[in-house]
Amino acid sequence: MATMKFLCDTKRCIECNGCVTACKNENDSALEWGIQRRRVVTINDGVPGEASISVACMHCSDAPCMAVCPADCFYKTEDGIVLHDKDTCIGCGYCFYACPFGAPQFPQKSVFGGRGKMDKCTFCAGGAEENHSEAERKKYGANRIAEGKLPMCAELCATKALLAGDASVVSDIYRERVASRGSNKAIWG
Amino acid sequence: MKLTRKSTTTPQAGKTELGINRRQFMKQMSVATGGIAAASMLGTGMIRKAEAKDIPHSSPTEVKRTICSHCAVGCGIYAEVQNGVWTGQEPAFDHPFNQGGHCAKGASLRYHTHSHKRVKYPMKLESGKWKRVSWDDAINEIGDKMLDIKQTSGPDSVYFMGSAKFSNEGAYLYRKLAAMWGTNNVDHSARICHSTTVAGVANTWGYGAQTNSFNDIRNAKNIFIIGANPAEAHPVAMQHILTAKERGATITVADPRYSRTMAHADVHLPLRPGTDIPLVYGLMWHIFENGWEDKDFIRTRAWGMDKIREEAKRWTPEEVENVTGVSREAVYAAAKHMAHHRPGTVIWCMGGTQHHVGNGNTRIYSILQLVLGNMGIQGGGTNIFRGHDNVQGATDMGLLFDNLPGYYGVTTGAWEHWARVWDLPFDQVQGRFDASPYLGRDPMTTPGIPCSRWHDGVLEDKEKLAQKDNVRLAFFWGQSVNTETRQMEVRDALDKLETIVVVDPYPTMAAVMHRRKDNVYILPAATQFECEGSLNNSGRSAQWRQQVVEPVFESKNDLEIMYRLAAKVGIADTLTKHIKVEGNTPSPDDIMREYAKGMRSIGYTGWSPERIKAHTMNWGDFSAETLEAPGGVNKGETYGLPWPCWGTPEQKHPGTQILYRTDRNVNQGGGNFRARFGVEFEGESILADNSASVGAEIQDGYPQFDDVMLKQLGWWDELTAEEKVLAENRTWATDLGGGIVRVALAHNMIPYGNAKARCRVWTFPDEIPLHREPLYTPRRDLIAKYPTHDDMQVHRLPTLYKTLQDKVISDNLDKKYPLVVSSGRLVEYEGGGEESRSNPWLAELQQEMFIEMNPADATDRGIRDGDNVRVEGAEGGYIFIKAMVTNRVKPGQTWMPYHFAGVMHGEELVYPESGGDSTKPYVVGESANTVLTYGYDPVTQMQETKVSLCQVEKA
Repeated sequence: MATMKFLCDTKRCIECNGCVTACKNENDSALEWGIQRRRVVTINDGVPGEASISVACMHCSDAPCMAVCPADCFYKTEDGIVLHDKDTCIGCGYCFYACPFGAPQFPQKSVFGGRGKMDKCTFCAGGAEENHSEAERKKYGANRIAEGKLPMCAELCATKALLAGDASVVSDIYRERVASRGSNKAIWG
Repeated sequence: MKLTRKSTTTPQAGKTELGINRRQFMKQMSVATGGIAAASMLGTGMIRKAEAKDIPHSSPTEVKRTICSHCAVGCGIYAEVQNGVWTGQEPAFDHPFNQGGHCAKGASLRYHTHSHKRVKYPMKLESGKWKRVSWDDAINEIGDKMLDIKQTSGPDSVYFMGSAKFSNEGAYLYRKLAAMWGTNNVDHSARICHSTTVAGVANTWGYGAQTNSFNDIRNAKNIFIIGANPAEAHPVAMQHILTAKERGATITVADPRYSRTMAHADVHLPLRPGTDIPLVYGLMWHIFENGWEDKDFIRTRAWGMDKIREEAKRWTPEEVENVTGVSREAVYAAAKHMAHHRPGTVIWCMGGTQHHVGNGNTRIYSILQLVLGNMGIQGGGTNIFRGHDNVQGATDMGLLFDNLPGYYGVTTGAWEHWARVWDLPFDQVQGRFDASPYLGRDPMTTPGIPCSRWHDGVLEDKEKLAQKDNVRLAFFWGQSVNTETRQMEVRDALDKLETIVVVDPYPTMAAVMHRRKDNVYILPAATQFECEGSLNNSGRSAQWRQQVVEPVFESKNDLEIMYRLAAKVGIADTLTKHIKVEGNTPSPDDIMREYAKGMRSIGYTGWSPERIKAHTMNWGDFSAETLEAPGGVNKGETYGLPWPCWGTPEQKHPGTQILYRTDRNVNQGGGNFRARFGVEFEGESILADNSASVGAEIQDGYPQFDDVMLKQLGWWDELTAEEKVLAENRTWATDLGGGIVRVALAHNMIPYGNAKARCRVWTFPDEIPLHREPLYTPRRDLIAKYPTHDDMQVHRLPTLYKTLQDKVISDNLDKKYPLVVSSGRLVEYEGGGEESRSNPWLAELQQEMFIEMNPADATDRGIRDGDNVRVEGAEGGYIFIKAMVTNRVKPGQTWMPYHFAGVMHGEELVYPESGGDSTKPYVVGESANTVLTYGYDPVTQMQETKVSLCQVEKA
């Protein structure tokens, strides 16, 4: 059984936002203006030490969102992907509180400033509907996992900074890179 | 950048247009089929599109191969098409350039075939209102106006602005269309992109193109990036740059800003804008002083280096520090590093080219590589990244004011060559032109009006123009005019033109920023994904785009629009004499065969549509390390057959990935510097000395091949009888039989001869690159020592230099406008930005036009990050934008992105409505070019966008 993980190789991330628009492109049926399931965060912007990292839901093994959700809308697939059921979600935002990565997003256009249903990265694995159904496409976007494909953001990454897939494969790739770079500065920044 | 990403506001465009997604898109389309009133505005033209309906996941999927339409890296894409709609974009992991990777723009391409911001049908502005017109009426009215103008003012009063977004076939046909019409007033955005590269580099060693390839950068040990920011402008190139870095290469970035690329580099040389030449001489000072130059290489393959040595001597570490602002320690360290880490490559872009000394910049970078002996080797070369997807191809096709396809120039000899290719009598071609000279210049053999200054062709006093009359009608075919400096004059010129014809998928600024009531036409052109054809990436590799979907709405293929216009004005028969026309669309395959036959000078003759398609259909056969196919149907060939690809397609030349590479046989992609400038100068030989490519029968310099040389060598009888007839009185570049080239190759020799690269270009205003302070310089103390040129007439237009620089002192412009301003790119947008700002997936990421300024300058002015500011340029142009306060720029310097438009002097411009939707992009903003000022390279008329002066105040 695979355990799906993302890893962003910060030595390679150039903040080109390819992952962000790749996600928009693939999941546009479920997204709206203002919702970005993936973002690129840059630290030390414009000064020595500038580094960027692409961030979305990290599909935690012990997911805080899942632990705190009062409506119990989260569930984990057999591949270790954390998904949620938008029909059950009450839009309280507690998951947003709990998440260390700021992954949960809320639509901004609803009346009275209501949050609406939470939206987040699905690892391109659709959601709590039948695979490739209209309902799934509309609520959650693409389901590439069901087609044997990996998330679009990582697939289209310009410099192969963003890796996605089974944790053991991802870490093999990364280990090899770190080893071949061969310096104590091989990792961050 | 950070500034705008925080924004949570919804954009100005109406809610219903936002987040339009695939499902909504299909829904609206199917409504149109039903003819429901609200949607029926879309009209019959949309019905075809409507057949797409809703597409279930299980619909059969067809996969097409296409190439990204943004920068010139040339990233491949698998486009999934269902029911005629582009529904999915899959990574092309097997593509040798990008291996599936894309930047923000590439990852969002699919949207362009869905965008409701596009112009849906031909439109005309009449009495202040946009009106839908039929294609036939539009073509007829425009054609009648053209003919009327030709009658009264001659052919030169029609201006043909073209595009680097054309396919090769589109670019070639457009250039030929202008030729058949009888004018050299044809140009495209390469003028304001890499024109100074093409001129500077070609005049140094023969060809004005990237010498190596993106993939070859992996072999470099040292990467010197000057005036380029690939992390934003060519992100996928970073894949190769970072691979080199991981293999031990070091990266040095010379850039006034701490750019996103700099964030991955080892050494920063933060030079003052406009001081590239002193900086590179400063590097050379150390190299010569320490004897680090490649003496063998210079002796055998470079000419005129003594003058460079002399000039470099003047650039002592103290003077370099004074002029460039880079510390002497940093310059020394960089020079030492370059000297001890070879091969090294140099990468440059607009930061080097867009200067009034641009031709000098590109030459000094090239000369640095000669000094270091880094040319003609793997991991070396000048990797010049072109900007638009087919700017290399459009440049090759002579879509330029001073060239015919293949860089033949516009001399009588060039016209005779092309008349033979076209199978037209020279007299007939000549007869199309205005025969009278103006200001002593003959219109047919005088370069036209450049893309950078078409507006001067409209506004300048016609007595000062070297043509009969002002420009009266202009086509803006795939070009956003907000990319040109002096936007106020651009606007005045748009107002003064009698007729404006925009041909584009989007209205672009020529249709929006004028203050007119009448005579503006917009003809909807299809995007690259709705047509097929070839394009060349920056590394001279050709690729073939399959047609992904049919043209959407009523838009049409460029080739069809050109043909219909030609038919209307009575030149279609000569335009397509040997090109098959189906319906109204000329065959791209036939067009390629025609230009490949004529473009001998850059070795296009080995290309054929069949060969290029065979490469595109077999991406996976080519190695990303070498770009060569180890097996398969293209065995031994280099991906995309980078030119020169010698001989006939049947001879199967593999293409030349690395130019001037002597360690290979010419028949395997080897070469040497081109003998383009004769054999001697002032009694000194400029041919190569004891150096030649592997296997060449003459292992020394030799001139270019022609009939006389073949006879002298005793090889004339190796030609067949037919070849002899065609070769008589011809050179390798004009012999349509190809015999001269065949014989040269049989002797393993390069048809274009074997010369040294020249450091001195005796035909240019500055024989060697010389520092000249920018027109609008912040350093008045340096003007006396490093003055600009005197004013001069360049081709058809008077061009100012000294007059303006003198004004800096006389009018105290440096006091009134104390901040230096440069412009540049953001990763999310491209060019004028109308297309990319109309893509919500991109627009969402950059919602505001801004100016970067240092905290010191901001604090002095009471400006905080995110404040609204008023920026005024040294010629009085002003804009209202946001301040981004950042250390990315040094004190005294500012920087703006140039992709914005749609607002001028704080006033929002009105976009036409088309098919019930506003064509206004999701994001609009003030154009940086409203602030930017005069300044043109004397050789190419490149505009100066990297150094001007401005003042910023709180708004």
